[in-house]
Amino acid sequence: MKIYRTYTLTITNVISHYPKQIICSFTLALIIATLFFGQHIAENTQDIWQLITGQADPYQSIVVWQWRASRLFAALVIGAALGISGAVFQSLVRNPLGSPDITGFNVGAFTGVLLSIALFSNLYWFSVLGAILGGLFSALLVYIFAYRDGHSGFRLIIVGIAISATLSAFNQWLILSVSLETAMTAALWSAGTLNGMTWARILPAAVLITVFILCAFLLNTRMKLLEMGDDTAAALGVSVNKTRLALMFVGVALTAVATAITGPIAFIALAAPQIAKRLENSASTSLGSSALVGGLLLLSADFIAQHGWEGSTLPVGLITVSLGGIYLVFLIIREGRK
Amino acid sequence: MTATVTEIQQNKSNDTDYQALPELSLSTQSVTLGYDQTIIANNLSVDIPEGKFSIIVGPNGCGKSTLLRALSRLLPPTSGQVRLNGQDIHSLPTREVAKILGLLPQSAIAPDGIKVVDLVARGRFPHQKWFQPWREQDQIAVESAMKATGIMEFAQHHVDQLSGGQKQRVWVAMALAQETPLLLLDEPTTYLDIAHQIELMDLFQDLNRLQGHTMVAVLHDLNHACRYADNLIAMKAGKIIASGAPKDIVTEALIEDVFGLPCMILEDPVSGTPLIIPKSRQV
Repeated sequence: MKIYRTYTLTITNVISHYPKQIICSFTLALIIATLFFGQHIAENTQDIWQLITGQADPYQSIVVWQWRASRLFAALVIGAALGISGAVFQSLVRNPLGSPDITGFNVGAFTGVLLSIALFSNLYWFSVLGAILGGLFSALLVYIFAYRDGHSGFRLIIVGIAISATLSAFNQWLILSVSLETAMTAALWSAGTLNGMTWARILPAAVLITVFILCAFLLNTRMKLLEMGDDTAAALGVSVNKTRLALMFVGVALTAVATAITGPIAFIALAAPQIAKRLENSASTSLGSSALVGGLLLLSADFIAQHGWEGSTLPVGLITVSLGGIYLVFLIIREGRK
Repeated sequence: MTATVTEIQQNKSNDTDYQALPELSLSTQSVTLGYDQTIIANNLSVDIPEGKFSIIVGPNGCGKSTLLRALSRLLPPTSGQVRLNGQDIHSLPTREVAKILGLLPQSAIAPDGIKVVDLVARGRFPHQKWFQPWREQDQIAVESAMKATGIMEFAQHHVDQLSGGQKQRVWVAMALAQETPLLLLDEPTTYLDIAHQIELMDLFQDLNRLQGHTMVAVLHDLNHACRYADNLIAMKAGKIIASGAPKDIVTEALIEDVFGLPCMILEDPVSGTPLIIPKSRQV
């Protein structure tokens, strides 16, 4: 028992000393596994080397570099976007529950996607735009309904949960009332999935996500000052309302673009910043490590979704929502104890 | 404490960015202050004398904290103007105001697990530009703020591990690192024991007398206010009842009028300022 304890202690020590290195190496291992594992793809290191240098069989190359690599890239980018979006909202609300998947901004974004599919059929930029507008609209709803002499973090969350439930119901109704074909597309999407990802699909979104991530980093200092209270931040020369609006926009936009590509994926935005915080053992959640952890989480969840069940591929959203449920219960119990 | 403040002055004279304190004026011009529909003060005009330590006193709910919030541009007046150096404070960029006017708010939240030195460093925000690295003058400002408040030894400690008095000194240090000629303090000694209260008030007095900071504080303790204020502002129900040197304005009648408290006024044997002895029914 004693030996076991010292052993786990050293592991935690190692992790807390080299959090970034460990996350990076774990991510790298997963990347290699995702790209090259599986029957008929690579049986030994020589096959992998041939794939990397481009001397492999064209069929295998297509599988690895067109199908798997684009899916992997999408998992990392979308995970990072969700991680940062969660970090931004948790900082704004000053509560670990204040994440866009709890307050329903991703459901709102999906409402936007559904409406744009129903109205304009399945066009890429319309979906993205619809997602952003839908996300912003749901954020606006939450903001208005939660207002009572200013905003308390917890009221935002409770109202967010209610709006989220309402919008989910609305999404169901939308899916039921559109044509069968549209409904099929939408239903496939509604669990959140990386299936059928292509480079053509993820690259434009990745550019947009990069822009929003840069915006988040630019606002980082102000975001940290806002955590000390509105008065303190204002006294230091932060324009509190403008900064908060800008941060909300960036946070919603990141979730919305991610949702436009994959459908609503829960849990990543909620958990990534908190896991990053614990790994780093630091004061406040850093955007960089939230992005890293977010990417890693989605990649692992997608790996489980693809390989966890013999013969079938589950939507990754199903995996994250199950993991998220467990994590959420843990979080609520811990908050309740405080 | 005096020695450390002299050190700061030396440090400051080395600091190329630091100039002699510019002319300062802060006043409210017949402002109406309130939240939503509730009006707290009407047609209120105050002039903050430059280079002095002004202390605002008054009973609970008299609007003294509201006045301080207005002076520090946190609460825009519904009518009238707050003027900083002759200009409407709300017409100036908030970051420029933050270089002139620092505030120690009542409700500051220390982020979980932040270190003292990192919190103090946040006071440098108004002086930093986008993409500008941490400069030597930022370091000097942070260090002298920590020396002046006597928290150098806690620099690497986590803020949540400190006692109430130490924490309050960390927040003061953050406001000092902002290097503003004008410093507003909202009930800075609340929740502190008597020794820490006096220590902090002495520190404020040093900052005022030795470094020439113009200070404005809202205070509950009348005797502290009388001892430390150059200019005492007594408020009641959103109005200023009296203002001036405590010796000139504090009378039994004034205290009875403002607080509804019968009292005797003696001379403070330590400082020679008025000392208020409340009368109570039991004696």
